[in-house]
Amino acid sequence: MDFILIILASGVATGTVLLYATVGEAFSERSGILNLGVEGMMLIGAMTAYKVSAATNNPWLGLLVAMFAAGAISQVHAFITITLQSDQVVSGLALNFLAIGISLVLGEGLTSLRDVVPSLPSFSIPVLVQIPILGRIFFTNQSVMVYLGFIFVPLAWYYINRTRPGLHLRAVGEYPAAADTLGIGVYSLRYFYVFVGGLLAGLGGATISLSISPGWFGALTTAGQGWIAIGLVIFAQWNPVRAAFGAYTFGALRRLVLDIQGPATLLGFANPFFYNPHNAFFLKMIPFAFTIVVLVIGSREANRKRIGTPSALGLPYIRGQRGL
Amino acid sequence: MKNKVFWLFSILLIAAMLLTACGTTEEAPAAEEPAAEEPAAEEPAEAGSLQIPDVKEGKFNVAVVMLSNHDDGGWSQAQWDGINYVQDNVDGVHTAYMELVAEGADSEQVFRALSRKGFDLIFGGSFGYMDSMEVVAEEFPEIGYVHISGYKSNMSNFGNLFGAMEDMKYLAGMLAGSRAEADGADKVGGMATFTIPEEFRLFNAYALGVQQTCPDCSVDIRWINTWHDPIIEREGADSLFDAGSHVVMTGADTPAAALAAADREGVYGINYDWIGGCTIDACLTAPYWVWGPVFAEISEAAMNGTYEYGWHYFEASDGGLGLYGFMEGQEPQPGIADLPEEDVQLVRDTLAAMLAGEFTRFDIFKGPITDNKGDLVIEEGKSFEYSDIDQFAPGAPGLECEYGMFWWNENINAELPDL
Repeated sequence: MDFILIILASGVATGTVLLYATVGEAFSERSGILNLGVEGMMLIGAMTAYKVSAATNNPWLGLLVAMFAAGAISQVHAFITITLQSDQVVSGLALNFLAIGISLVLGEGLTSLRDVVPSLPSFSIPVLVQIPILGRIFFTNQSVMVYLGFIFVPLAWYYINRTRPGLHLRAVGEYPAAADTLGIGVYSLRYFYVFVGGLLAGLGGATISLSISPGWFGALTTAGQGWIAIGLVIFAQWNPVRAAFGAYTFGALRRLVLDIQGPATLLGFANPFFYNPHNAFFLKMIPFAFTIVVLVIGSREANRKRIGTPSALGLPYIRGQRGL
Repeated sequence: MKNKVFWLFSILLIAAMLLTACGTTEEAPAAEEPAAEEPAAEEPAEAGSLQIPDVKEGKFNVAVVMLSNHDDGGWSQAQWDGINYVQDNVDGVHTAYMELVAEGADSEQVFRALSRKGFDLIFGGSFGYMDSMEVVAEEFPEIGYVHISGYKSNMSNFGNLFGAMEDMKYLAGMLAGSRAEADGADKVGGMATFTIPEEFRLFNAYALGVQQTCPDCSVDIRWINTWHDPIIEREGADSLFDAGSHVVMTGADTPAAALAAADREGVYGINYDWIGGCTIDACLTAPYWVWGPVFAEISEAAMNGTYEYGWHYFEASDGGLGLYGFMEGQEPQPGIADLPEEDVQLVRDTLAAMLAGEFTRFDIFKGPITDNKGDLVIEEGKSFEYSDIDQFAPGAPGLECEYGMFWWNENINAELPDL
């Protein structure tokens, strides 16, 4: 029992990284802009957070600067896709390379600071920690970023589904021409939500380097999590609550690969992962295989309506043109 | 009009991509070219991902190729220190390093490019460079290649280099066992990388050390399938601590074990590879490499044409190995201070015997040893031989071995994986 609780608790911790990045991408895609640069923006966030935290000794300042740095670089994509109306896939990939390159160059030398950079605190929540099972998984010695995630997810859901600005966001992504006729600023809203996507990707990256796995390790810091986030958005059907569920599951899978090598028996049966630890590395592949499957399903025209893809996703809005 | 803007941006974008995708490639030459003209600057050339450093005419050019970054706090940083030592202590050499070179096909390109540039001696610093170096060594018979870890050599210009790290891992195991016993724990952990003889050797040595000071302790193992991924190393250490390990020793490149321990109460990590990697109190000790004198000796011999490329395996008594906190001039880490005196003395005495050449790895791997299935690996009065230490039985043709390393010591709580 304890074995499972440990895996789930660490899944909640590592999944928080994916959670922020996924919800950020969901905001961007809800407004109609697909941004494939999540991985790069996360790296920018991780690098900036660590660098600023090292320079100022203040991880909170690092977190803040990281968010704005990633938000700022997302505006390159916004300009290219919204104002210049270029292809979102190509621009997103380019943003990814650009951001990875920048963060590797500016991150030079940060690796050796591993013991001296302050990171964000971890603590248990009094009272809630005593809830059986749930207290152990969600409220025992977790990072402050994990707790912020708990608050953030329902707020994001409420914002998208129950508020007026959320309605505008959805309108812009579903039928920008109609939104435009109602006086909603399609261009400015899209710019704004791409920025929000950048902010949250940066927050996800900063969560790694300041809290979950403190340190700067070049491209290994994110190691493909940005791509998993993009797949998760589709799985989550652009819904923050489902995104949280997926993110925590994938987080748990990361630790499962290691922890499952430990016990000789599982539920009374011989543990195949104990008898051959190589089997565990099959589990490691699952998030990436899942991402491919979800992208294939999500990109089929026939499925798009069914899973709730924003109708204008990936299409530039040109005022006065027929159609969307 | 719009078209123009589009083209302008496309070009800018492509330029930006080129500049960043090979970011350091664009920058490094600018920084390097003046260095090449000024004989005063003899720093190893700053090499980015795949930027090949330049040689200096009239010098004996030595390069080291490393898996992770030069400031990784472990394996590669020890090699980086080593090449800097060569630069400072050997006359007539010019040194360079390359970092973040992936194992496999990438590394073959790098070794070939370095050879074409005219390097005279190239050290390859990771297990997975072995086959690439073998191939390139065939193509450039005039150039020397020395591969650290691994097991291949062509006996003419491609040699193997390693040292008796199992000695230090054995002592680290003693300290881990002692620490667990003193704190009333019964489990320690080991984070293993790949299923190769080297890892079995080092973790068996560790487990045999644990057995000396804590006969009731068991050793948990996690395979992480990487030499260098600080995040996975960290997760592996967390996984072991969560499962009850009191001390975790890493077999991978970075100081993740101690960093993970630092976030918990009263547990310890044992780092690996680099003398400077044990900086925090949660680090119990660190078996480490001192490559400087080893590289220097090889460089000098290679320069004079007297180095014999083969299987160069140095013992603790040859220098080149250390146990942090116990070598001359070092203070033990805080986690050692309250250990039982007889355990610490045992470590000191064994270390002294190792450094004097009186206690070697064949004294660690000697009978009786029982594996964790209850079978006798080697009986009383017999000892492993050189061929057993770095192979799985039956060994390579011409280097057959009787025992090999494919077993887990009796206190290890893990199964042998499928190879």
